[in-house]
Amino acid sequence: MEFLAPADLGDAVAAKAAHPDAVPIMGGTDVMVELNFDRRRPELLLDLGRVPELREWDRDGDRIRLGAAVSYSRVIAELSGVLPGLAMASRTVGSPQIRNRGSIGGNLGAASPAGDAHPALLAAAAEVELTSVRGVRRVPIDDFFLGVKRHAGAPDELITAVWIGAATGPQQFSKVGTRNAMVIAVCSFGLALHPGSAQVRTGIGSAAPTPRRAAAAETFVNAALQDGNLWHSRDVLAESLLTEFARRVTAAAAPIDDVRGTADYRRRALGVLARRCLQWAWTDYRSGSVG
Amino acid sequence: MTGPAITEQVGTGTARGVGSSPARPDGVLKVTGQFAYGSDLWMDGMLWGVTLRSPHPHAVIGSIDISAALATPGVHAVLTHADVPGRNLVGLEHADQPVLAESVVRYQGEPVALVAADHPEIARRAAGRIVVDYQVLSPVSDPRTALDAAPLHPGGNLVRRVKIRKGDPAPVADVVVRGEYRVGMQDQAFLGPESGLAIPDGEGGVDLHVATQWLHVDQQQVCTALGLTPDRVRLTLAGVGGAFGGREDLSMHVHGCLLALHTGKPIKMVYSREESFFGHVHRHPAWLQYEYGADSSGALVYARGEICLDGGAYASSTGAVVANAATMGLGPYDIPNVHVDCYGVYTTNPPCGAMRGFGAVQAAFAYEAMMDKLADALQMDPVALRIRNAMSEGSRVPTGQLVDSAAPVAELIGRVRDLPQPPAPPTAGPVDLRQLPGGVGNTTHGEGVRRGVGYAVAYKNVAFSEGFDDHSTARVRLEVAGGTPIVTVHTAAAEVGQGLVTVQQQICRTELGVDTVLVHPADTTVGSAGSTSASRQTYVTGGAVQHVCALVRARVLELTAALPDLPGTPVGLRDGAVVDADGAALIDLAELLGDQAVERTDEWRHRRTYPIDPETGQGDAHVQYSFSAHRAVVDVDVELGLVKVIELACAQDVGRAMNPDAVLGQIQGGSTQGMGLALMEEIQVVDGKIVNPSFTDYLIPTILDTPPMPIQVLENPDPHAPFGLRGVGEAPTVSSGPAVLAAIRAACGHDLTRVPVRPQDIIG
Ligand SMILES: Cc1cc2nc3c(=O)[nH]c(=O)nc-3n(C[C@H](O)[C@H](O)[C@H](O)COP(=O)(O)OP(=O)(O)OC[C@H]3O[C@@H](n4cnc5c(N)ncnc54)[C@H](O)[C@@H]3O)c2cc1C
Repeated sequence: MEFLAPADLGDAVAAKAAHPDAVPIMGGTDVMVELNFDRRRPELLLDLGRVPELREWDRDGDRIRLGAAVSYSRVIAELSGVLPGLAMASRTVGSPQIRNRGSIGGNLGAASPAGDAHPALLAAAAEVELTSVRGVRRVPIDDFFLGVKRHAGAPDELITAVWIGAATGPQQFSKVGTRNAMVIAVCSFGLALHPGSAQVRTGIGSAAPTPRRAAAAETFVNAALQDGNLWHSRDVLAESLLTEFARRVTAAAAPIDDVRGTADYRRRALGVLARRCLQWAWTDYRSGSVG
Repeated sequence: MTGPAITEQVGTGTARGVGSSPARPDGVLKVTGQFAYGSDLWMDGMLWGVTLRSPHPHAVIGSIDISAALATPGVHAVLTHADVPGRNLVGLEHADQPVLAESVVRYQGEPVALVAADHPEIARRAAGRIVVDYQVLSPVSDPRTALDAAPLHPGGNLVRRVKIRKGDPAPVADVVVRGEYRVGMQDQAFLGPESGLAIPDGEGGVDLHVATQWLHVDQQQVCTALGLTPDRVRLTLAGVGGAFGGREDLSMHVHGCLLALHTGKPIKMVYSREESFFGHVHRHPAWLQYEYGADSSGALVYARGEICLDGGAYASSTGAVVANAATMGLGPYDIPNVHVDCYGVYTTNPPCGAMRGFGAVQAAFAYEAMMDKLADALQMDPVALRIRNAMSEGSRVPTGQLVDSAAPVAELIGRVRDLPQPPAPPTAGPVDLRQLPGGVGNTTHGEGVRRGVGYAVAYKNVAFSEGFDDHSTARVRLEVAGGTPIVTVHTAAAEVGQGLVTVQQQICRTELGVDTVLVHPADTTVGSAGSTSASRQTYVTGGAVQHVCALVRARVLELTAALPDLPGTPVGLRDGAVVDADGAALIDLAELLGDQAVERTDEWRHRRTYPIDPETGQGDAHVQYSFSAHRAVVDVDVELGLVKVIELACAQDVGRAMNPDAVLGQIQGGSTQGMGLALMEEIQVVDGKIVNPSFTDYLIPTILDTPPMPIQVLENPDPHAPFGLRGVGEAPTVSSGPAVLAAIRAACGHDLTRVPVRPQDIIG
């Protein structure tokens, strides 16, 4: 196995162009497990750990550019005010060691249906920045996940950043696992209120081949909030609204039975998470808080 | 610590002796990462051994082609069953398991061939080039129908059946309850994978350094397989990273020795985490059908139980587990009429054998659920019902054996009931997710959360039963070095993390009045210590050390006969001196001994036990019982089926707290392991294949799953046992899980019959 460790982004994308089969490694918390279990024997590892451009985040107006290699720990410590949903998701990831090494970009690179950052990024309408020698492009998160562990990045592209709007309303993230920490999601749910555009956005994790939004649930709740003038009045949400929202989130999932849980349980749990997340976020919205 | 203390014996004359909690000799090394475990062994010029395992749970082997593997550069040997020089069958109770499979494989992961190479990666690649022609057979996966399946072994698919019959065969009761329960396959989940180093001696013999639980039973089996006498197969204990029963059977032992003898080079073998799941036996999954009857006052009239245990592909200790599940099958209660059938079978599932609690664990989930059902049917308080029927000293257990020492069942369950309740879940203020079901997953801020409280009391036999010649051997040497008396204690007992090394030191200090005690590495140059299992080592090896210390002490006192001018009558040893009855020092050991050493070696055995009758199960099968009770307080999110154990209180009678800190450690660890089985720990097997062989999906409790544990330790001495002690390590594993299940039932209202309980069971 060969090992390349470019010192800057230019070298990194050049290396990826020259060796499209190279496996990028950042925190290594997915890659090293695969190597140790002998599930993967790459010819070439491309270590991005020394590329400074990937390790920083900046604020550009109302958007955050989060370098792909920024760890969960840093998101929690430095960005929980502006990216509350992602910070909540980050808190549920692994153990302190994994949160220190694991990165948001690595989570996207792995593109697992169970990746915890994904529902939060879907709910926040993030964009994934992909860079190659051919240039830089931004892919809306909705178009990023193509299939189980497959994403929209081309073989010569690297994930270099995620662009996320600073929260303008409350956000929530919930994850069900069969123990109270250090667990892969049985199912998860992210939700963000965007009062400026009068939109609720969602993200479902571990309950379909890819992370996905619950589009019909969003359409329903957006219409209901609009029609009831609720964004303005900040009235309590009707039981019937919560119930129908939860039903539609459940319907948006396409879960399977596996070693971590049954499809039926996942559906039922998602309905509970959807109702609770909407309720919590709305309660925060009513009290005027952001995040 | 509460309860009566026993009087100290002659010779208890130094601090850091029995009853204190001195630091472990290996403690600092372990917490600083410097302790050498089996997997850290290293020798210049050594080769790496790997095992090729069957991917199929059941198949006929047509042929094995090793030529490509052997031709791989860097490979020194590729061995199959044809290379086993002795008998190609090993096993703890029955020799039924091939060292390397011959014509058939009976479980996924069964060893088929071995490779030794310069580097583990070369060895793994070469193993991948071995071509095994398998004709796949359908697996025998359901133990309940295994007796009707084609025989997997020459004697058929029944490993053992035990019947217990007592009293009226057709009893009638006012109130009758029934239940069916299912307990899943738990793994020991020790952190140190199977490992060892086999070093050929150049003369046809071998030295094996291995992480194990019982050096001498390993030695016997290795000798049989290699066709060598015990003097040519010497074992030394390598650092053990946890055991819990999973190291009672052989793993790499014979394999490493075969490769070492074949190549003439030291062979190191270390299983990967995934391989470890295939490399040791697990706790038997169980199917239990129970019926209990009581009169209207709540007195038990009868109990019936049928228990089926899945032994998997090879017998291992299934026979003894069956006997335990049967004899402990109804709990620590007085029951006049008893009918228990318990059997263990062969299947093509992963082999099952010893794990902490050994048969008693599975049964306790059923009998404690029955006690709760009965309380419910009688509209009685569940603790009151247990106290009403509690076994006590003078009771006779279902096998007819007299309980001839303290059995404070009623007191233990009463004590956990009477502890203050933990605070109710907060209803206002900021939420602390770590205190809620779902934990940091942020699944509830109090919605759907109900509190439940559950109780369980259980017992477990200590040491080996049914007439087994259960003994240990100790060698104790007292000498003077640099002017200071020093004791060296040498046994073959495996320290697996439980702290036996510390207890051995303490006993020597107490018995010989010498502070500096060295623990010699455990090996086979001293006689057998028996297994580190069945909560027995402090009892049996502790007993042997005490006994041999007494021999040494007697010899030392004899030596004083040559000194007629002593200012008093020598009766004991204290603080490095010979003392009189008032404890006054008469002469320093350093002066008395000079450069002569006093050394004694002897065996020690606990009192005899007897086989049980094959038709009635009657007989004095057990040496001693260990009793514990738990109260679990849980918060359950009844909409998501998630559980937070808020508190797990335990009361246990330990006879004598030899090392109070270690006692608490055992109770905490045992309680956690039992709780883990109740909530999450399960090897999932589908058609004979393990689907979760990793710590990603075989979940064990994290610290956020592990609650505060108020612990009450009773010390009612057992007059038959050394120091009055009772084995501690297993009882809490037996009672904690059923208490957690009971608490979850109380919270969600469902009759949970499956262990581990799953979220979908809780939401119903
Ligand atoms: C014990 C443990 C617990 C875990 N718990 C969780 C959990 O709770 N939730 C969760 O979501 N995940 C969990 N994970 C998985 C893992 O930690 C996360 O997916 C993490 O975000 C990966 O980040 P990384 O930087 O370590 O990625 P790496 O392992 O370095 O890479 C991950 C993948 O992305 C690719 N990649 C890396 N960088 C780039 C790039 N710049 N461009 C394109 N592709 C790239 C890699 O080739 C690889 O396929 C856990 C892992 C472990 C070992």
